[in-house]
Amino acid sequence: MISVLGTGVAGLCAATALAERGFPVEVIAPGDVPAPASHLAGGMLAPFCEGEAAPRVVVSKGQAALGWWQARVPGVEQRGTLVVAPPRDAAELDRFARATQGHRAVSPADLEPELAGRFARGLHFPDEAHMDPRAALAHLRARLVAQGVAFREEAPRGDIVDCRGLAAAGHLPDLRAVRGEMLELCAPDVQLTRPVRLLHPRFPCYVVPRGGGRYMIGATMVESARPGPVTARAVMELLSAAYTLHPGFAEAEVIATGAGLRPAFPDNIPALRHAPDRIHLNGLYRHGFLMAPVLGEELAAALAAPLTKDVTHAH
Amino acid sequence: MFYGTQLNSRLMLGTAQYPSPQVLREAIAASGAEVITVSLRREGSAGDAFREILRQSGCRILPNTAGCHSVREAVTTAQMARELFGTNWIKLEVIGHADTLQPDPFALVEAARILTEEGFDVFPYTTEDLIVGERLIEAGCRVLMPWGAPIGSGQGLRHREALRSMRAHFPDVPLVIDAGIGAPSQAMAAMEMGFDAVLLNTAVAKALDPVAMARAFGAAVAAGRAAHDAGLMPCRDMATASTPLFGMAELA
Repeated sequence: MISVLGTGVAGLCAATALAERGFPVEVIAPGDVPAPASHLAGGMLAPFCEGEAAPRVVVSKGQAALGWWQARVPGVEQRGTLVVAPPRDAAELDRFARATQGHRAVSPADLEPELAGRFARGLHFPDEAHMDPRAALAHLRARLVAQGVAFREEAPRGDIVDCRGLAAAGHLPDLRAVRGEMLELCAPDVQLTRPVRLLHPRFPCYVVPRGGGRYMIGATMVESARPGPVTARAVMELLSAAYTLHPGFAEAEVIATGAGLRPAFPDNIPALRHAPDRIHLNGLYRHGFLMAPVLGEELAAALAAPLTKDVTHAH
Repeated sequence: MFYGTQLNSRLMLGTAQYPSPQVLREAIAASGAEVITVSLRREGSAGDAFREILRQSGCRILPNTAGCHSVREAVTTAQMARELFGTNWIKLEVIGHADTLQPDPFALVEAARILTEEGFDVFPYTTEDLIVGERLIEAGCRVLMPWGAPIGSGQGLRHREALRSMRAHFPDVPLVIDAGIGAPSQAMAAMEMGFDAVLLNTAVAKALDPVAMARAFGAAVAAGRAAHDAGLMPCRDMATASTPLFGMAELA
């Protein structure tokens, strides 16, 4: 029996990968813990865009995530990512193009007609996708339950795979929190069909369509473990960035705000860590939906290989 | 000498916007910088994990008041910085304009006076204005940090002649070019002009390879300083051959 701790994207992806390989799996989900950080995620599968700051391993391995999600949950839309910059920050677009691969130069209005006249140049990353993170996680959970995986609140009964994010910080001294803040807007007048990233030297933001006129605007990155609600400054920055992208957002309804803490290792690379009493899958940082499937599969493959399994147990 | 501290490296690095703390750590090491600056206004007291990584770099930490728009905000942030880092050093920024991030000289002088009275060693982020500089010295500052260009703009030394005047006007005050540096050549030019150090962030943090860029800046700053110390030749209006034109051997 393997006991997966945590029901965020890390725990559900690990449990899915393990269950699919035939391991008996249970998921431990205490009722009193806060909602996982992944509920606030953008839900973008954007390995190429992330390469702007992320190391190569995230770009190369993350490309497997799209197929993984498409095979398991509905609503994964592959319409690519559009990247634009305000005219006076056009140099940012050139820098982004130099720092990334898998894009082509486009006229933004050809992809998103409502951006006509606002942005002359853009980059399209056609191999990227997006989905609704909460819907995807709910589906993954239902799928596990249908496969007979138990979700329990009590003490784990098997070997521990710890996917609790920052709740595992006591076991991982170099795990830190990177605060992120986001908004959800209802803007029926705005018609964007794919994630759009607005480059700005100080207030970069992305807008992810959630369907039905709803949009997620994200996300700040603050080196802080403060858990409280979203700050006025974050709201101002995110809204002004959204407004710069599309003035139609000015009349939007703010339907939700959220602030969460991303678990991150010093290199900001999600990782499996082997400890004597458990295996950690943690440090997903801003790459949860991209890297949790990859690490879940790596974990399952390692445990399935008899030799590796012995090594793992010997830790 | 910066408030009695002698530094071997004359490059100071900011710590924001790096791809990861790991890359930041490697960049600091590659640059040879001995002073790093860190902001507190937004992170607050809950940013301890990141600050611990900075402490482990072994560098002297120069906390800053970036993001403060008033005297009171800047003073409070400085007091919090002293508590968190156990240092009297403070890089004082009081922003006067949200878009250009230009310093507000009036609030700057006032905050500098309050902080020096409280025993802080103030490194004020200022313009190249000579009178503001004098007022800051009067207020107790023993270092001035004139901008090269607006923060994060990468425009280099935008008012070179004014900076030259400032260097001449304050011959005995350590002057650090802070902000606006985009390329190692610009940092080197500042050092050749006789500035005591250069502080920069974005040019390294947002380079495609921050560690390699940090190394380049470290080398440029060292070369600029060495050139200044060695005595640069003056510009001349006419060509002057370095080998004699007369009396050459006739070989035919």
